[in-house]
Amino acid sequence: MTLDPFVLRALAAGIGVAVIAAPLGCFVVWQRMAYFGEAVAQASLIGIALGLALQLDLTASALAVSAVLALVLIALARQNLVPLDSLLGLLAHAALALGVIATSLVKGPPVDLLGYLFGDIFAVSTQDLWWVFGGGAVVLLALVKLWNPLLSMAVHEELAAAEGVRRDFVKGAFVVLLALAIAVAIKIVGILLAIAFLIMPAAAARPLSSTPEGMARMAALIAAVGVVIGLELSLTFDIPGGPAIVAVLAAMSGISLLGMALRAGAH
Amino acid sequence: MESRTTVAPAASSQDGEADAHAPAHCGHAHHHHHATTPHSSGKVLISARGLALSRGGRTILEDVDFEIREKEIVTLIGPNGAGKTSLVRVLLGLMAPDRGRVQKSLGLTIGYVPQRFDIDRTIPITVARFLALGGARSPARAKAVLEEVGASRVINQQLSGLSGGEIQRVLLARALLRNPGLLVLDEPVRGVDYVGEAELYALIGRLRDERGLGVLLVSHDLHIVMAQSDRVVCINRHVCCSGVPETVAKDPSYVRLFGEHAARSFAVYSHHHDHRHDLTGEPKPVSLDRAGSEEQGGVA
Repeated sequence: MTLDPFVLRALAAGIGVAVIAAPLGCFVVWQRMAYFGEAVAQASLIGIALGLALQLDLTASALAVSAVLALVLIALARQNLVPLDSLLGLLAHAALALGVIATSLVKGPPVDLLGYLFGDIFAVSTQDLWWVFGGGAVVLLALVKLWNPLLSMAVHEELAAAEGVRRDFVKGAFVVLLALAIAVAIKIVGILLAIAFLIMPAAAARPLSSTPEGMARMAALIAAVGVVIGLELSLTFDIPGGPAIVAVLAAMSGISLLGMALRAGAH
Repeated sequence: MESRTTVAPAASSQDGEADAHAPAHCGHAHHHHHATTPHSSGKVLISARGLALSRGGRTILEDVDFEIREKEIVTLIGPNGAGKTSLVRVLLGLMAPDRGRVQKSLGLTIGYVPQRFDIDRTIPITVARFLALGGARSPARAKAVLEEVGASRVINQQLSGLSGGEIQRVLLARALLRNPGLLVLDEPVRGVDYVGEAELYALIGRLRDERGLGVLLVSHDLHIVMAQSDRVVCINRHVCCSGVPETVAKDPSYVRLFGEHAARSFAVYSHHHDHRHDLTGEPKPVSLDRAGSEEQGGVA
C-alpha cells in the first residue's frame, strides 16, 4: 500500500483502536456482554446528533450518551421482570431509531449517516488520533488497575464480592471504559460494526490462549493484523475500509474457531 | 480412615408422640436448642441476632439467631428454599438483612468456598492464576496452599479441566490463602463422588484441627452430615432445631420437617482421628468401611 498521510493516519488509528479494544473485547466475551456493547454503540448515534446540533466534539458527545446509557443499563439489570437480552434489544433499536431521527433533524449540511454507521477510516483526522491515543492511554491505564478485580468477577462474581471486590464500582468503571473504547472504535468501523471490532479478535484468540492475559495480547495482535490486511484490501479493491477490516476479522475468528472445533472432533 | 454410619432413628413410640407435639416444638421458636459442645466455651467468631429478611413479599428469614465459635464445625441444613443460602449471604455481608444484626469478632477474616460452579470455558485460566487472583502473591504460596488441600498436582492445569473434587479443593485453597478464622462452605460435596466426599470431609476436619478454624458447612443433602459437626442447625426460615448430629436426627421438629424416612436415613460421616496423611499433605487413598465402625457422629 502507498503510505499517503491519510493511509498512515488510518493505520495509526486502526492499530491504536485494535490494542485498546482487544482486552475490553475479552471481557465482553467472558461476561457475555456482546449485546450490551451493541446497545451502547447504537446509543452513540444520539450523542453524535446532539453533538452536531450543539456543535460539540462529536466523540465527546457520543461517549457521554453511551456512557450514561451503559450505567442506566447496569441499574436496569437489577430488575428481573424483563430479561436483560430483551431489554438490550429494546434499547439498542430505540437508540438507533432515535439517533437516525435526531440526525435528520439537525440543521445545516446533510449528515453523512452512512459514514457514522459504517465508519470512514480514511477520513480519520489528527484530532481523531488524539482521541484514539489519549483515550487509549486512559483505557489501558485504568484497565491495568482494574484487571484483577474484573477478572475475579468474570470468573465468579459472588466469590469476588465475598473477598471484598467492590462490584458496583468495578462494573460501573468497566462499562464507562467500554463506552470509551466503542466511541473510538466508531471512528474506524462505525456504529454498527464497532462491537465486532471488540468481540471478533477475542473470539479468534480464545483457542490460541491458555491465560487471560495471553488472550488479551493475542486478541490485540489479531486485531492489528486484521486492520493492516483490511486496509490493504480496501485500497487494492476500492472497497470500504471499516467493513473490509471486519470481514478480515470475521475470517480470522472463523478459521480459529473452526480449527478448534475440528481438533475437538478428532479427539 | 473414614466410615459412614447411620444413626438410629428415634424410637417409633417417640415418633408418634413427637408428631403430636411438633407444632409447639417447631414453632417460630424463641427457645434455644444450643446444645453444649466441646467447643462451646470458645470465642464467638460471628453471631447473628434476630435476622429477618424478605424479598418480594416472601419471608426468607424470620428471627434467626445464629453463632459460630472458634474451632467449631457447624452444619446448616434445611429443605430447599429454607433460606440457607440467604443466611450465608447475610453472614458474608453480601446481603443486608431487613432487621437484626451480624457481629463479627474483631479482625475476623472469612474464607468463602462457594457452591460448586461450572467453570466458564470461555476464560482461559490456570489454577495458579486463579489462586493468584485470590491473593497468592507468589507461585510458592500457591503451591504450598494447594499441598495443604492435597491438590498440588493440578497447579498448572486449566481450571475448566478439573474434576468436581479437584475444583472444590482448589476453591478451598483459595479460601485458605486469606488465612481465615472462619471457613464458610456452601454445599462442598455437591457433584463430588462418594469417595471424594469422605476425603473432603476428612480434609475439612483436619483443617479445623490444624488451623483452629471455625467451619460453617451448608448441606443441601439432608441425609448426609459431616460427623465431626459439633452442631447441626436445621433451618426452615427460622431455626427449627439444633444440636449434635444424633440429637437433631431425633428431634421431633427435624422428623416433622423432613419426614420419618429422612430421619431414619440420616447419615453421618464419622472421622476417626488417626491423622494418617503424609508429610506433604497429599491425601492417602482412603478405604471406605461402611460396617467397621462403632463410633457415631458428633463426638469426633
